[in-house]
Amino acid sequence: MYPDYMLESIRMVEKTRPKRLEIAQAGLQIFEPMNEAEREDILTRFHPDYTPDARREIRVGPNKGDNITSKVVDNLEAHSRIDPNKFDLTKPDYDTDVLIIGGGGGGCMAAIWAIKHGANVIISQKLRLGDSNSMMSQGGMQASVNPHDDPIIHYLDVMGGGHFDNKPELVEALTMDASMIADWLQELGVMWDREEDGNLSTKAGGGTSRRRMLSARDYTGADIMRNLRDEVKNHPDKIDVLEFSPAVELILDENGRCAGAVLYNLETEEYFVVRAKATIMSTGGFGRLHIKGFATTNHYGATADGLVMAYRAGAKLLYMDSVQYHPTGAVFPEQILGFLITEKVRGLGGQPVNRNGELFVFPLEPRDVEASNFIRECTEREKGVKTPTGKVGIWLDSPIIDLINGEGTIKNALPAMVRQFHRFDIDITKEPMLVYPTLHYQNGGIEINADGSSTIPGLYAAGEVSGGVHGRNRLMGNSVLDYNVFGRRTGINAAEYAKTVKLGKLTLEHISKYEKEVNGIDIPKNVISPMLLPDYIPPEVRKRQLTKNDEGILF
Amino acid sequence: MANEVNENAPANSLDMVPVYIMGKLYYVPPGSTIMGALEYAGYQIKRGAGCREGFCGACATVYRTPDSYKIQYGLACQTVVMPDMYLAQIPFFPAVKKTYDIDELEPNDEVLSNIYPEINRCVGCNTCTKSCPQELDVMDYIQAALRGEIEKVAHLSFDCIMCGLCAARCPAEIVHYNVGILARRLYGKYLVKKGEYLPKRLSELKDGKFDKPMKEIMGLSREELIKRYYDREINFKIA
Ligand SMILES: Cc1cc2nc3c(=O)[nH]c(=O)nc-3n(C[C@H](O)[C@H](O)[C@H](O)COP(=O)(O)OP(=O)(O)OC[C@H]3O[C@@H](n4cnc5c(N)ncnc54)[C@H](O)[C@@H]3O)c2cc1C
Ligand code: FES
Repeated sequence: MYPDYMLESIRMVEKTRPKRLEIAQAGLQIFEPMNEAEREDILTRFHPDYTPDARREIRVGPNKGDNITSKVVDNLEAHSRIDPNKFDLTKPDYDTDVLIIGGGGGGCMAAIWAIKHGANVIISQKLRLGDSNSMMSQGGMQASVNPHDDPIIHYLDVMGGGHFDNKPELVEALTMDASMIADWLQELGVMWDREEDGNLSTKAGGGTSRRRMLSARDYTGADIMRNLRDEVKNHPDKIDVLEFSPAVELILDENGRCAGAVLYNLETEEYFVVRAKATIMSTGGFGRLHIKGFATTNHYGATADGLVMAYRAGAKLLYMDSVQYHPTGAVFPEQILGFLITEKVRGLGGQPVNRNGELFVFPLEPRDVEASNFIRECTEREKGVKTPTGKVGIWLDSPIIDLINGEGTIKNALPAMVRQFHRFDIDITKEPMLVYPTLHYQNGGIEINADGSSTIPGLYAAGEVSGGVHGRNRLMGNSVLDYNVFGRRTGINAAEYAKTVKLGKLTLEHISKYEKEVNGIDIPKNVISPMLLPDYIPPEVRKRQLTKNDEGILF
Repeated sequence: MANEVNENAPANSLDMVPVYIMGKLYYVPPGSTIMGALEYAGYQIKRGAGCREGFCGACATVYRTPDSYKIQYGLACQTVVMPDMYLAQIPFFPAVKKTYDIDELEPNDEVLSNIYPEINRCVGCNTCTKSCPQELDVMDYIQAALRGEIEKVAHLSFDCIMCGLCAARCPAEIVHYNVGILARRLYGKYLVKKGEYLPKRLSELKDGKFDKPMKEIMGLSREELIKRYYDREINFKIA
């Protein structure tokens, strides 16, 4: 329930609504999309990536000398959790064709395709299978299935959204595979939203030039993930799922090929050696690093582990200087701070307005541009709404959706949103939501090629942990597509590669070497990574936990 | 510039709230979720947290309040603490998951009860429905499953996050959520009416219709590409 002074501002939103509705119904815009110069200007002045302390130079590893997001550098310039000398690598605890690290969407997709190509698979998973960012995506997946759309137009949108820094062959793979993936998922059992005639429903998304967003109400990711997980569990003979057993370091062979990983059983606190002919990294993103103090939309396990492991083993990272803040994270009530309000709200016609009820931006700019506009409205222009605890946000006018599309649209298309706010006595069919940008997506990551291979032979990467597909800014719906396209590709290619490769002697020499570099820059001994789990225990309590191990936490 | 967060530092730490976590008394800030309360008390959660936003079902919780004999259910990430609440999480529940080849199944009246015959043991007690944190009509979809109404099961169970509270409470030992996912897969694959656009696009792709234009656009210089991008037509009206 909103306090009275916020309700007053809501009255202003209601007052301007009829006029805004009229314009929207005429198919007109109050604000046109920004041109190149305007985009450039707003990004450099208001996007969090451009503040002075956002990035710093990394002093160790393959990207030494590059400017990278500071919080990521903290995790890369850190000690390993393990002492490499304590492992007998001649007697692995597990032996497999393909090891998949991370059992979210990308990992499950890879597993399904790897077994189709004859491989035996182990999935190392930090939480339960499927508990991941993939489970949470609401808005949808892009695929150019409509007659007036095609992969070329999709390609152009992706490149523009990414500021033309994307690797072209990855965007080709993404956009050319999209319809095939949409079809494959439907044959798996995904219940895509449809029109009366059976064609797939399509919605607009930020930075798209056509309606291209496929959805399954606002449980799109959940529906895909539930299907993928069910299918993985249908093959217990070929896929061994090790839950609560995250990987902590990669293992190489004497010829520099990736040859498996060291896993850590979160409950018994034992470490295990997995030898694998090929390894797929699909650990997802980094939202739980809370970069620049931002709240996040990401799941509990999004702690950049895959980046750290691959980097220590010598993989090159791409575009780790850019962070995606989703324009519409919840600001009120406090309990759901950072909670994602899907872009579909704006895709359906929802409008961002300031405390006076005025629209101030084209509602469907690419995310970085949209988010920067919100930040300007709240800072320089001081037209945000303050919450009782001093947070600030702008209104996302949701009730207008039903006025544009007909009564019941919100309930039907956004049940998760309705449910979430209803838990706190807010009816989003009648009242707007208060929003502010929230830490959402890792734009860059492990550099990959179109077959999903990285710069380390035998190491593949798929999904949010990889870099290059989205350049420096991902568009909505392209990341669900990404993990499906590259999950499939890595699954196939890793399985085929595993048929031919002969592994040499296993080694953790790279860990010792990296350790020397880290010692060279005087990093305190208690700074270790990967993080595994974020730490939300209050400092006063931590201080009393004298014998607590480093399960999850660092720094 | 950021709305600074400490994930579990709720708004107004005026009067702390007493809660009993697995029987032990702790004081936590008002407005905390159960998950936040556990962490505030000093627990490093391993099992029992996933999305933290009500989508994954990892955090199924049971609790009691002093004024009632009733066991209550919820998601730890979504339920706000109440004074003197007794709470615990259900970190793992052994549940039956049958394996099948979805390509071989027939979406007929019997398929659900053939694969999960235990649904015949449903006594209609409605405990599943009462325990569902998504407020789904769980018993209704199990009854529909008994009648072989795949489509109805698919729609009624669609918002299921598979937290397992229904299965944990069911006296007939049914695993409702696995019946739900099977029905949804069958419905999405076999029963839903499909349109013409997608197959047409797939055959265009197969015929290589876009191969040349793709190579052409990939070959553009950065400047040419930028120009094309800002000149492109934006049209949300036509499909
Ligand atoms: C709230 C939300 C909404 C979104 N909405 C959309 C949308 O509408 N459209 C869209 O395209 N994209 C969306 N995204 C982005 C998209 O969902 C993700 O980028 C994508 O699902 C990532 O898939 P993934 O398989 O790479 O990673 P995840 O799905 O995150 O899977 C990674 C898995 O690896 C596990 N893991 C992590 N570290 C380790 C380790 N050391 N060892 C073993 N396992 C580990 C994690 O716990 C996790 O289960 C959204 C994201 C969020 C958070
Ligand atoms: S942690 Fe995912 S539903 Fe609560």
